[in-house]
Amino acid sequence: MRAFGSRSKAASPSQSPLPQAGEGEKIRPTQLMEKRATFSSTTIGLVFIAPMLLLIFVFFYWPSGQALYWAFTLEQPWGGGNQWVGLQNFQQLLSDPVYWNSITRSLVFGLASTAIAMGVALVLALFTDRELRFHRAYRSIFVWPYAIAAPALGLAFRFILAPEAGLLSVLNSIWPNIWNPALDGKDAMIAVIVAFSWKYIGYNFIFFLSALAAIPRSLIEAAAMDGAGPARRVVDIQLPLLTPTLFFLLVINITESFQDSFGIVDIMTQGGPARATELMVYKIYFDGFKGLDYSGAAAQSIILMGLVVLLTIVQFRFIERRVHYK
Amino acid sequence: MVERTPLFDAICQAILLIGLIVALLPFAIVIIAATHDIRAVNIVPMPLMPGHDLMANLHEAWVRADLGNKLFNSILFATSVAAGKVILSAMAAFSIVYFRFPGRSLLFWAIFITLMLPLEVRIVPTYAVAANALAPFQAILNVTGITWLIQTVSGLQLSLQWGLLNSYPGLVLPLVATATGTFLYRQFFLTIPDELAEAAKMDGSGPVRFFFDMLLPLSRPNMIALFTIMFVWAWNQYLWPLLVTTDPKFGIAVTQLKLLIPSEFGLPDWNVAMAGTLIIMAPPLVVVILMQRWFVRGLISTEK
Repeated sequence: MRAFGSRSKAASPSQSPLPQAGEGEKIRPTQLMEKRATFSSTTIGLVFIAPMLLLIFVFFYWPSGQALYWAFTLEQPWGGGNQWVGLQNFQQLLSDPVYWNSITRSLVFGLASTAIAMGVALVLALFTDRELRFHRAYRSIFVWPYAIAAPALGLAFRFILAPEAGLLSVLNSIWPNIWNPALDGKDAMIAVIVAFSWKYIGYNFIFFLSALAAIPRSLIEAAAMDGAGPARRVVDIQLPLLTPTLFFLLVINITESFQDSFGIVDIMTQGGPARATELMVYKIYFDGFKGLDYSGAAAQSIILMGLVVLLTIVQFRFIERRVHYK
Repeated sequence: MVERTPLFDAICQAILLIGLIVALLPFAIVIIAATHDIRAVNIVPMPLMPGHDLMANLHEAWVRADLGNKLFNSILFATSVAAGKVILSAMAAFSIVYFRFPGRSLLFWAIFITLMLPLEVRIVPTYAVAANALAPFQAILNVTGITWLIQTVSGLQLSLQWGLLNSYPGLVLPLVATATGTFLYRQFFLTIPDELAEAAKMDGSGPVRFFFDMLLPLSRPNMIALFTIMFVWAWNQYLWPLLVTTDPKFGIAVTQLKLLIPSEFGLPDWNVAMAGTLIIMAPPLVVVILMQRWFVRGLISTEK
């Protein structure tokens, strides 16, 4: 408990909380901190935690278990319960080129949009952190895109990138048929990547900027005194100190690209043309709710869950090895 | 600023300006397109001078997407999710930090793991549970033989049924069931000096009193930050409301966007579509602009 004395300031809103550096490594979920003064009534303690436990049992643990059950069973066409089929659902899935197609698309989408969203956000954050004129305006406006619902920006970008109206249609009036996300799978993929990246630039910007603000000013000034120019300082001081934030955002962006992409895809392309933008969550939705193939959708869910859990474990391994500089 | 680098500063400003244009352009296009009539909005390239039909388009979108009813539902839905989170996670964190009962660390981990799997990933079985929220308990009673026992003793067939499809609880509860806020509170509670709880105990305060009279007032900044971020997050939810609310009575605003997409063979009335988009995206944007400090703070401290 003593270790937290210095952190009490973080509770005041004026100070921007530091996401990675310093603050986080003290409070790790893996180590349960103990209070010296606690209350002894177990009943009251349980009453306080019961509503949350009840909710996560019904809406988290039970469904997750159910997904496992469905993934290894097959519903009989005329009722009569589910029959155990072992790995058959997975075998079927993994031998299906359509499924591999959706995995490839998801990876292309996830990696491309993560690279764009993080790259652009990093540059903007580094420049905003120089505190030139108007930096306050930049700091607040770059956050705005993250406030927009994925389907809303999907509709906005569907118009902006439409082949016959909006902005990009100009290309078509110069070179006919060069851009058509409704017919060309590659164009459709570019369109959803652009829309998703636009939103997550705002998200990454928040985290980069607050991590940059956590780097002691004296460090930058000392480097400048020693003759390091802005570029050198970025490479030798700021980027190394940003590594934990970079890894954290990398994992979050890829995970979000699996889930938050649904609204964008559903509004912009509906997985088309010819399945070119059918990402994993969209396929689960489509197979499960349109195709009513619960077992197949559950097996897909399990694979996706595995992927997400794997990414989270990777993330925690990196959080364990946080960079310290205080 | 550390040193004088006028040339580099100019380059920075230029790049930031380009960034600013990229960030604001979609907003501008949506707003401008919403002011045009159907002819002007389909000119290539779209005229960038605003037209005069903003009110007409807003009205048309409002009627077409039934936004009066849907915005009300959205506000109710987002507020309930945010309030539910703020209250339930405070309670859970209090229990984890201030009590020592057996199995506490197990419960802690049980809550913590929910951070790993977002709703979208386990959407199909969650939907099945929402069809009957009491199904888990029914199954447990069946397996443990209690159903059979009751049936043989009293002759009553026990069947628990609480359908959540097309209802407000169905919209809200599954989205509240994650650990996001619990850790924000937990971290904050751990920073509160032990002396406070000791003093409270010495003055004869029980845990309930301590929670309401000391912890909650102290966590006000956290509550505002959490509420802001959860409101925006809930407002922007799409997949879950799309599945759960097939009855238009319970529909929310964001899922109505689908209705506004101009159909392939119908009128390309993008002006109305953009007017609708404008209405639907405005509330969370306003919240973020007004509550920016809280939003940023909440985002950074909840998501790690």
